Amino acid sequence: MLRHRIIPTLLLKNNGLVKTTKFKKPVYVGDPINAVKIFNEKEVDELVILDITATNEKKEITYDKIEEIVSESFMPIGYGGGIHKTEQIEKLFKIGVEKIILNSSAFSNPKLIKEASDIYGSQSIVVSIDIKKDFFGNYKIHSNSGTLKQKKELITSVQEFEALGAGEILVNSIDRDGTMTGYDLTLIQQVSNNLTIPMVASGGAGKVEHFSEAINNGASAVAAGAMFVFHGKHRAVLISYPKYEELEKLLNE
Amino acid sequence: MSKLITIIDYGMGNLGSIANMIKHIGHKSNITSDHSHIKEAEKIILPGVGHFDKAMQNINSLGIHDIVKERVLKEKIPVLGICLGMQLLCSTSEEGKEKGFDFINAQAKKFNFNGEQKLKVPHMGWNYTEIKKDSVLFIDKKSEQRFYFVHSYFVDCYNEEDILTHTDYGDKFVSSFIKDNIYGVQFHPEKSHKFGMKLLKNFIEKA
Repeated sequence: MLRHRIIPTLLLKNNGLVKTTKFKKPVYVGDPINAVKIFNEKEVDELVILDITATNEKKEITYDKIEEIVSESFMPIGYGGGIHKTEQIEKLFKIGVEKIILNSSAFSNPKLIKEASDIYGSQSIVVSIDIKKDFFGNYKIHSNSGTLKQKKELITSVQEFEALGAGEILVNSIDRDGTMTGYDLTLIQQVSNNLTIPMVASGGAGKVEHFSEAINNGASAVAAGAMFVFHGKHRAVLISYPKYEELEKLLNE
Repeated sequence: MSKLITIIDYGMGNLGSIANMIKHIGHKSNITSDHSHIKEAEKIILPGVGHFDKAMQNINSLGIHDIVKERVLKEKIPVLGICLGMQLLCSTSEEGKEKGFDFINAQAKKFNFNGEQKLKVPHMGWNYTEIKKDSVLFIDKKSEQRFYFVHSYFVDCYNEEDILTHTDYGDKFVSSFIKDNIYGVQFHPEKSHKFGMKLLKNFIEKA
């Protein structure tokens, strides 16, 4: 069994799967149900699904679609996108989601993290942050699908989220998103060194070796998007996942 | 040949996932709380997520308790309890006051890690099952089996012969049991992809 989770991340936009590059130019990748069916066969232990426009477009969560995706998935699902109230969280758990992921609301309503973890337990509450380097090279958090720059400092923020009851922090590099050039290892180190809860690295994975690098720099688990939905230099759409035994060999030292 | 499994719907649990996995492995399922359907069922799955007392209260108020008891104890049809469903097959649970089905001499107890181990409750994540005896659920005893767990209570079997698998979490706990036609698994086969599919297939085709 893998010591560190390797999690495919699927981005939902209007109920279809898309993939962005540096949070821009979303490319349609297909129906989420088809992707899930493929991951079922590849021994994927956990899947993350993020609705990337729900908050900005002030849309209600599409529970029916998510319930359909969850029913077709033979592994636990983490869902994020447009979650701002505990009623929504309750509904998501009811339809079979295992973990809920808060991003924008971690800034617009941080109390929600405490409320949700008090009721449901921190193990089910993930806070996800998207990071861009500013002009001076400092890491800055951008919420609301990368459109709203947050003033609060990175480490202060993640430590507050941990104190409020988040069970995991998912750290995504906007600069590396979709580029498949490797994770931002400095970012991973900085965050993981200042947390006691698990940190999931995201943004930039292009090959299995990138996973080892992230893990060696402090990531408890790694997430990847483009790597599992594109193939080759022309980025043809192909849902894939490495063979489990190969992952075990390469990553379980 | 495709078989029909009856999944008991008492309002708790993600039945859609179980039904879909059964469909995926080539069989059919009927999600129901209808008395006549349960009376005709050849095999039952008792799913469950949530509180022990609420589950038994729902089952009792739906009038299902006695019908299931008769089919399982008298007519000996195979029943598979999943997660909370496994705990409901026991006599009682530390979680509540209601009585379970009492099909097996076992009780559900809460994980209690005092200080030294610092393990988190609920037990959530993938874990291994260590097979203790032969059964139709695990034909291949040699290969490593992992399953997805999420639970705060576990089953304590008073008859050791009933224990099918142990899993390590702090100490070893009973992750599945079999007693005659009564099967219980603490993990979620419907969230354990190929391992869950194999187990459900074995239950449906061989139990």
